[in-house]
Amino acid sequence: MRIVFEKRKSRARGILFAVPALSFMISMLLSGIVLLIAGANPFETFASMASGAFGSSNGFSETLVKTIPLALTGLAVALAFKLRFWNIGAEGQLVLGGIASSWVALFLGPSLPEPLVLPLCIAAGFAAGALWAGIPGLLKTRLSVDETLVTLMLNYVAILFAEYLYYGPWRDPKGYGFPGSAPFIEAAWLPRIFGRAHAGIWFIPVIALLFWVLLRRTRWGFELSIIGASPRAARYQGIAVQRNILLAVLLSGAIAGLAGACEVTGISHRLQQGLNLGYGFTAIIIAWMSQLNPLAIPFVALLMGGILVGGDQVQMMMGLPSAMGTVMQGLILFPMLAGSLFTEYRIRVLSGKAKKSKVACVEGEA
Amino acid sequence: MDMITSILAITIRAGTSLVFATIGEIFTERAGILNLGIEGIMLMSAVTGFAASFYTQNIFIAVLVAVAVGAAMAALHAFLTVTMRANQVVSGLSITLFGSGFASFLGQRLGPASNNFRLVGLKGARFMPASLEGISEVPILSAFLNQDLLTYLVYILIPLSWFFLYKTRPGLWLRSIGEDPQTADAMGIDVIKAKYFYTILGGVFIALGGAHLSLSYTPGWAENITGGRGWIVVALVIFSMWNPARSLWGALLFGGINAVQFRLQASGTNIPAAFLNMLPYLGTIAVLVLMTWWEALSKKVGAPAALSQAYMREDK
Repeated sequence: MRIVFEKRKSRARGILFAVPALSFMISMLLSGIVLLIAGANPFETFASMASGAFGSSNGFSETLVKTIPLALTGLAVALAFKLRFWNIGAEGQLVLGGIASSWVALFLGPSLPEPLVLPLCIAAGFAAGALWAGIPGLLKTRLSVDETLVTLMLNYVAILFAEYLYYGPWRDPKGYGFPGSAPFIEAAWLPRIFGRAHAGIWFIPVIALLFWVLLRRTRWGFELSIIGASPRAARYQGIAVQRNILLAVLLSGAIAGLAGACEVTGISHRLQQGLNLGYGFTAIIIAWMSQLNPLAIPFVALLMGGILVGGDQVQMMMGLPSAMGTVMQGLILFPMLAGSLFTEYRIRVLSGKAKKSKVACVEGEA
Repeated sequence: MDMITSILAITIRAGTSLVFATIGEIFTERAGILNLGIEGIMLMSAVTGFAASFYTQNIFIAVLVAVAVGAAMAALHAFLTVTMRANQVVSGLSITLFGSGFASFLGQRLGPASNNFRLVGLKGARFMPASLEGISEVPILSAFLNQDLLTYLVYILIPLSWFFLYKTRPGLWLRSIGEDPQTADAMGIDVIKAKYFYTILGGVFIALGGAHLSLSYTPGWAENITGGRGWIVVALVIFSMWNPARSLWGALLFGGINAVQFRLQASGTNIPAAFLNMLPYLGTIAVLVLMTWWEALSKKVGAPAALSQAYMREDK
């Protein structure tokens, strides 16, 4: 008797949903064990996390506050991942978007006609994110420099640049030494819709739907899918691979930059510490758990936002480290990855002699 | 000590963790496995190593704990990528995401009740520089010979791993696995077992790098103590062309950037600290671009040909 793995021709729909769901449950189980070892009651902790994140209107609005950047960066990352461009720089693109948006609000805003201020702030964030992602994008497509490292290093650079600005030249002289810029004029504020949750939330369905339509219904999206599946095949089809990758990466950075613009215009109303809370990294988990499906990303982002708010909640209520939320999120990925064996391959137990030709040898995946 | 000697001494101290992790990652990548979990492994071994040193006040137990944790995390990466055939980039990223989250969780939980269960601000056993009588007076030389035990270990590790990789039979086997696993398999090498072994061995060295941070370089635990070193290492592996002997140059370069940062900050320059702190990250990008450009020019390929490809043995 032998066990063989056959590469699936197409991924089974049921499994596509079952693996993330099961992974979430396994991560709950593993987190439960971590909690037990840490000396806390897992059921009580999870219940407290859930009620903290979704149980009250205040908690739910905080969950939405986190969902907005998470969903946007999740969509941004997923778009790049579709092309196997490993953009782990959403964090930096978000920060740079926030910086550009703040620049418009602080320095152009007072002299602009009021209705123009907010749209320009948002546009600036969009453009700055694209610009920041364009660096690794160009390096990758022109010089084939590895994008994983460049996107990651630029995170640090963007975060340090923001620090320089709010500790240095942009620091509010009336801020009592508080590290942050002066507050924006009100024309640059995104309207609040529910608690602290702001109108930036509307970008999520719009971008998710556009992303879905792009991939499923347009020629360009079709080209992107081919590039993602096999760059070589795409080249033989006459698709401009490098140009398409660059365009998608610019768009990916722009969406992450938009998230940054929403953070400063919707939440803090100034450039200050706490713009980089690791959303760009959680975005990777979200994109992967959604299996890069843009329509699933908002819901997974909501779940992850809830876990983060719940993590803060158990810190206040039960004295557990707030990093509990991050641990839970990290634990989700491992069962997901192990499960990819079942989404990519069909497992067959053969008895006796089977034909050798039935067994597929795996081509490498970079 | 004169200025050059002191800069060199800091450079070597800062470079120690980088060399450990770079050599570890070279072994792993030579076996065809790309491990992007270095940052997470270093953080986890730094926090557990420090916790062990705080409770036992025994530096060797601390190193053992750190190494065991690093090996376990690398084993997880090997299991996911070799046995479960998960994408190596995503698996490595997961190890880093989980490792950084869990390390900060442990840092807020493993401490004593008197410190609110936190590890920050505590003192444990640590490695002290040790040198022979008289040597600490000699310029330049004293920079090399007034270091801690782990740094001395690095001095031995660099030539030893070079010798292993290029002059021994198992080293040849290892290189062949990264270049052409099918052929290696045909030669009778157990490719799967070797991939596990070298991924875990790599994890052990990466963990030593993490342990050096919390037990010697900046003794104690601080959130994000690695500051991206795990990622710089990924670039250093490329910089050293997957050759352990060359890992020295990259580590000296980045250790040197750290040392210069130190000196400039101490001397009170008007360059804002944030820009000085950007140097290692900008340097990494510059190194990557130059190496890629140079590789294209000289038509030399440094990377193992089968790096980050899943290997599946054909059914026999």
